[in-house]
Amino acid sequence: MTAGRELVRMQGIDKHFPGVHALKSVGFELRAGEVHALMGENGAGKSTLMKILSGVYRPDGGRILIDGAEVQIADPRASQALGIGIIHQELALMRDLTAAQNIWIGREPRLSLGRIDEARQNADTAAIFARMNLRLDPRTPVASLSIARQQMIEIAKALSYRPRVLIMDEPTAALNDAEIAELFSIIRQLRDEGVGIIYISHKMDEIKRISDRITVMRDGAHVATVDAATTAIGSIIAMMVGREIGDEQVVVPDLAQAPVALEVRGLTRGTELRDISFSLKKGEILGFAGLMGAGRTELARAIFGAEPADGGEILIHGRPARIRSPHDAVRAGIGYLSEDRKHYGLALGMDVRANIAMASLARFTDRLGRLDEPGLRKVARDHIARLRIRTPGDRQEVRFLSGGNQQKVVIAKWLLRDCDILIFDEPTRGIDVGAKAEIYHLLTDLAAAGKAIIVISSEMPEVLRLSHRIAVMCEGRLTGILPAASSQQAIMELATERQGGTA
Amino acid sequence: MTDIGIERQEARRSGSAQQKLLAFASLIVLVAGFSLASPRFFQIDNILSILQATSVNGVLAVGVTMIIITGGIDLSIGTMMTFTAVMTGVVLTWGGMPLPLGILAAIGTGAACGLISGTLVAKARIPPFIATLGMMLVLKGLSLIVTGTKPIYFNGTEGYTLISQGSVIGRMLPAFPVPNGVLILFAVAGLVAWILGRTVLGRYTFALGSNEEAVRLSGVNTDRWKMAIYALAGGICGIAGLLISSRLNSAQPALGLGYELEAIAAVVIGGTSLSGGRGTILGTLIGALIMSVLTNGLRVLSVAPEWQTVVTGVIIIVAVYADQLRRRGSH
Ligand SMILES: Nc1ncnc2c1ncn2[C@@H]1O[C@H](COP(=O)(O)OP(=O)(O)OP(=O)(O)O)[C@@H](O)[C@H]1O
Ligand SMILES: [Mg+2]
Repeated sequence: MTAGRELVRMQGIDKHFPGVHALKSVGFELRAGEVHALMGENGAGKSTLMKILSGVYRPDGGRILIDGAEVQIADPRASQALGIGIIHQELALMRDLTAAQNIWIGREPRLSLGRIDEARQNADTAAIFARMNLRLDPRTPVASLSIARQQMIEIAKALSYRPRVLIMDEPTAALNDAEIAELFSIIRQLRDEGVGIIYISHKMDEIKRISDRITVMRDGAHVATVDAATTAIGSIIAMMVGREIGDEQVVVPDLAQAPVALEVRGLTRGTELRDISFSLKKGEILGFAGLMGAGRTELARAIFGAEPADGGEILIHGRPARIRSPHDAVRAGIGYLSEDRKHYGLALGMDVRANIAMASLARFTDRLGRLDEPGLRKVARDHIARLRIRTPGDRQEVRFLSGGNQQKVVIAKWLLRDCDILIFDEPTRGIDVGAKAEIYHLLTDLAAAGKAIIVISSEMPEVLRLSHRIAVMCEGRLTGILPAASSQQAIMELATERQGGTA
Repeated sequence: MTDIGIERQEARRSGSAQQKLLAFASLIVLVAGFSLASPRFFQIDNILSILQATSVNGVLAVGVTMIIITGGIDLSIGTMMTFTAVMTGVVLTWGGMPLPLGILAAIGTGAACGLISGTLVAKARIPPFIATLGMMLVLKGLSLIVTGTKPIYFNGTEGYTLISQGSVIGRMLPAFPVPNGVLILFAVAGLVAWILGRTVLGRYTFALGSNEEAVRLSGVNTDRWKMAIYALAGGICGIAGLLISSRLNSAQPALGLGYELEAIAAVVIGGTSLSGGRGTILGTLIGALIMSVLTNGLRVLSVAPEWQTVVTGVIIIVAVYADQLRRRGSH
């Protein structure tokens, strides 16, 4: 790769938030035609730095140079005018509009009288989708799309700007392997056209595959910028977290004598779930693998009563349970950590303490309905420490936390609730390597303490690292249950085992 | 073969369509019920008077629908309507100017007031409920101050009452003299429906209500558009001011309070979500019709006015509850 000319230079960037020194004189430089990975723990300041480059925040100090000339980036529009496109970490879509309407918001092709040229808008969108190999009708309302699809819309939107600088803040967090491969081929194509790409991700293998250079940040400061090809993953992680993290293998406990905690018999709902039966023992971690849309989340939501099944039976500790709502489920001792934290997991405008306590308030209420705030403060602080949630305090509003730390708050909420059966749907999405290892330990400890745990994950290494048994789904059916040490090959075969050749 | 393999995930909830259907069905049921109950109900004269009675509330409701779709609210439309009528009186009766200038005064005053509300909401970041609550009182006071608390009559302006009472259609089709006020309502509704469905302004109206932060991050000047929407709704309020003052042949400064709630009720019955992002003008029209059919029908059946109010309240609650049920069912 020939080193391109310098596109962006950020020097001495400083940024304070109330109680947080988010960026400490950070420098960063991007060349044309390179993929530059930006790495660091949750809360290291990656998103903040990129929000400054894209005009969402103004820096307190420092300079930004584009093509060698100093610029002021006052708002998102100014950054767009400079050719900077960004895919934000938190999905920023308008759920009531269609895919095409979302993509062209602010730049609608117009006819006379302020009318919108919907036909052209849809055609342009279809062209971008075609380039991305994305088979989707531009007129689909965003609210009806899965998170993965919504993420593809964000990517399409960024591409539609034809940017010279493209910032991707964890674009693959919700994508499956095929979609990631598609995205990477788009990234390579853009890079070859001379676009400078800034790529943020917590997935180490991706960073190695796609990036040319890597900049590591820690605690709001620049640590190092290194060449991707010649630097070992281990030393990158060491730079990020300041310590080494070992690779660990799953240890399968002997569960022969353990009682069954959850049994599902013939669970069915429309075409989404077809006759699913399995059982889960006390102390067991059952991983659910499968492709995006295989029905794993639907299964979890059905067990949790969020969208009850039409048919089938759920037995808890051997007794049939009637679960018609999440309230029933929680009372029966089931906890569910949703994959879409922003919509289902968090009250963003409330503080960390309130969010952690949200599912357990009854325990902290006296007979007059008064809340035991000191007690709440104590458990909130315990969980903040236990999960290493980076926040200035338990009264900080959750929306001010970095993405990965928000995810930890959701986990803390369900840990506090102390359920017998816990369903984790993509528990480590957007979580850094260090914290991931901690969460794996935590889940293993919970299982050892007698909880029954279901982990749904699209990351194969995660399923393999955690699961005592691996259930695989395809198109709403449970295609098989494999033992712990199965090969990725075996899982993929079950994950693509379609019924009767209907392709 | 372009559609093969394209994944078209139908919206699980074609929400407002269903609500519109529901509202429309209730309207039919109401009309049928009243027609059976009293032979005087389903008469041309009575139907026309229902339509006429819908015109003012309908126009107000259509205007405020836009604001509600952005996730906002406007409590000042009732007193704003009165204030625009007062300013029209100032221009026409006191100033002796020609009618077109009076019309301009009404719409211009409304747009200016709306712009002020919009600025308070967008720039000063005052919650819409508070900002327009303040405007409601300010405008009520101003109407009384300007007029010295006495009505202004439009006797000097020839044909002022025709704006709402006359009937262009009646001249061509004497059997069906639809009053102009009703035509104006339909024209305004058509215009706003077009704006919402076809134009950039409409797109941003829905987008703001759906996810304002996302719109802002897309580089859209959300403040400016929001102000434009409030101003437009204000201008429409001015049209309502013309309609009501034409019907009364006067600007009544003490009138106005309460109209905003009726308009908002019509919007809600019509299926527009108070949390923004969803709503239709057709729904609002049906909602406004339901309100006036109800009032009229109960009056025809000689139900006491105090009971009419109770029934209206119940209907609003039932309508919104039905909407909730439907939404829960499809989720
Ligand atoms: N608007 C805000 N107000 C207050 N604090 C903020 C705000 N935005 C970010 N922070 C804080 O600044 C720090 C850096 O956050 P940032 O989002 O940049 O982290 P990140 O590196 O992107 O982390 P992640 O990998 O979890 O996304 C965090 O401690 C966060 O809590
Ligand atoms: Mg981030």
